Amino acid sequence: MRPVYMISGGITKFTKAEPRKSFRVMVKEAFDYAMRDCPKLTRERIDGTVVSYFSDHFTRQLKAGVMAVDMCGLVPKPTIRVEGGGATGGLCFQEAWRHVASGWLDCVVAMGFETMSHVNTWKGNEFIALASDTNFDYPVGGFYTGYYAMMVVRHMHEFGTTVEQLAQVSVKNHRNALHNRWAQHHYDLTIEDVRRSPMVAYPLTMLDICTMSDGAAVAILASEEVAEQVCANPVRVLGVGMGSDAMRMADRPHGEVILLKHEDPKWYKGLKYPGVHSFRAGRMACKMAYEKARIEDPREDLDFVELHDAYTSSEIQTYEDMGLCKYGDGGKFIEQGHPELTGMIPVNPSGGLIACGHPVGATGLMQAVFAFWQLQGTIAKHNEGDGYIQVKQKKSPGRRRMRGAIHSHAGTGTYVTVSILESTR
Amino acid sequence: MAKKNPAGKRSAQGPKPAYGKVRLAETDIGTTVFRTDPLIVKDHYEIDYIHSYAEDSRFFRDLTEGKLSGSECTGCGYRFATPRAYCMECGAATRWMELPLEGRVHTWTTCYFGSEAFLKETPFNLALIEFEGVNTLLLTRLIGATEKEIRVGMTVKAKFRRLAQFKPTDVYFVPAEKP
Repeated sequence: MRPVYMISGGITKFTKAEPRKSFRVMVKEAFDYAMRDCPKLTRERIDGTVVSYFSDHFTRQLKAGVMAVDMCGLVPKPTIRVEGGGATGGLCFQEAWRHVASGWLDCVVAMGFETMSHVNTWKGNEFIALASDTNFDYPVGGFYTGYYAMMVVRHMHEFGTTVEQLAQVSVKNHRNALHNRWAQHHYDLTIEDVRRSPMVAYPLTMLDICTMSDGAAVAILASEEVAEQVCANPVRVLGVGMGSDAMRMADRPHGEVILLKHEDPKWYKGLKYPGVHSFRAGRMACKMAYEKARIEDPREDLDFVELHDAYTSSEIQTYEDMGLCKYGDGGKFIEQGHPELTGMIPVNPSGGLIACGHPVGATGLMQAVFAFWQLQGTIAKHNEGDGYIQVKQKKSPGRRRMRGAIHSHAGTGTYVTVSILESTR
Repeated sequence: MAKKNPAGKRSAQGPKPAYGKVRLAETDIGTTVFRTDPLIVKDHYEIDYIHSYAEDSRFFRDLTEGKLSGSECTGCGYRFATPRAYCMECGAATRWMELPLEGRVHTWTTCYFGSEAFLKETPFNLALIEFEGVNTLLLTRLIGATEKEIRVGMTVKAKFRRLAQFKPTDVYFVPAEKP
């Protein structure tokens, strides 16, 4: 595998409904944004594309991928569609990475979209729930918020996590988003606001959950040679990892924790893992990505994380999977302020899915774009001059460059991708 | 309708062309329009699948006899509360086994909102049930207890619909004692 760099990115502002633009035009706009931001890159230098969108039900257009590609003028070059539930965007990023890392292509555009406003929210919930076992899960009352609610109820039972701790994640992410012009929701909330919003599935309220949205995002990846020629400030993809777990939550085993390098097996005596309280796929993806990127301790070796907070609960569970704190300490981790913008490791400085929205196929690529701007140090440039959410590199001996992780996650933890990006400045 | 030439006779100019005269019959099939700029219309889509439960069929048949069937691995003995043809741990084939009709709530939620198909049933409780000596769980509806009453660990027992629908909801759970 050879080194791969991200050389540009673009997004549309995610919104609940964008009826004036089809998915093709949204992708084209995100693509044009990325091309404008990397003026030396010409379309001729692009060797191919990877396109991600989650649901044919939402799109009601099979082979929609190539329609986005032809709108961008990137036919007859190679293209492929990838899909993996909520992690679709993250998988798209990693597939583009593989295209370049393997030496097959030198410059690849990862493009993702979703148009979820084409059905009403309750129908959308049904489409999403079809991504659970349709023999045993969906007919019982298929509803993803219900599934995540059950996972966090168990987390609360095992570890004493509280609903206020969940709410704090919503407060943090929405507050970060006050300084992100790309975010969909700009709310200054309190814990009480979150708890008082309508209950969707106990204990998750409306403000604990991300919004189904319309939108597109694009990330352009290239070999070292292309990156050097066309980009003054590329970002290196330092390592990628991926994991999976059984479709049915009911099938998840109750065994032993998969340990990260900095963890001590003594921490987890008697803990049955992953059960339904933790995401084994997320842990697997992190372990692999950390090893590839030579990360000894993510708390020291990462400067920020953009993670998949479709629910406030899954952000807390993911702190633990990523080794930002011990399993069980996720609630305390947010309570103590560690993932805040000024904390030990800022998590979702963009506002995450909770504040930006979750047009599934675009989401993982949106995270890549925000991480790219963070590592370039260009947040203010892309954010109407507001650099408030620009993260600075930690002072850590023996590390010269700023690093961030992006984490993309599919339904109840079935597919999870983690990619580590590093500044070249 | 176009006027026909007398049978068998051709005018000096040859047969008169029909195009320009043909038109599609009009219908009263209209379109529901939500707004005109951009133009947003209703686009209906419906399908009946011919769905086979295939290797899982017996689970659904057994529910009609008041039996809960899970899977036991013939290789490593792992026991699955939700049936599966092959073991996730070792890959060997499984055999059917009967589950106890009493278990405990491993985790639960009350849904106040949901997918369109279940919206009219809200609020409803979902629960994952654990059984003594079984390694995995079963997803089910829990009735007879409210959000305030359900607890992780509470004992529940299986009940079956008298008139089966051949869906996993032919079995549901209720509290074993008064919550």
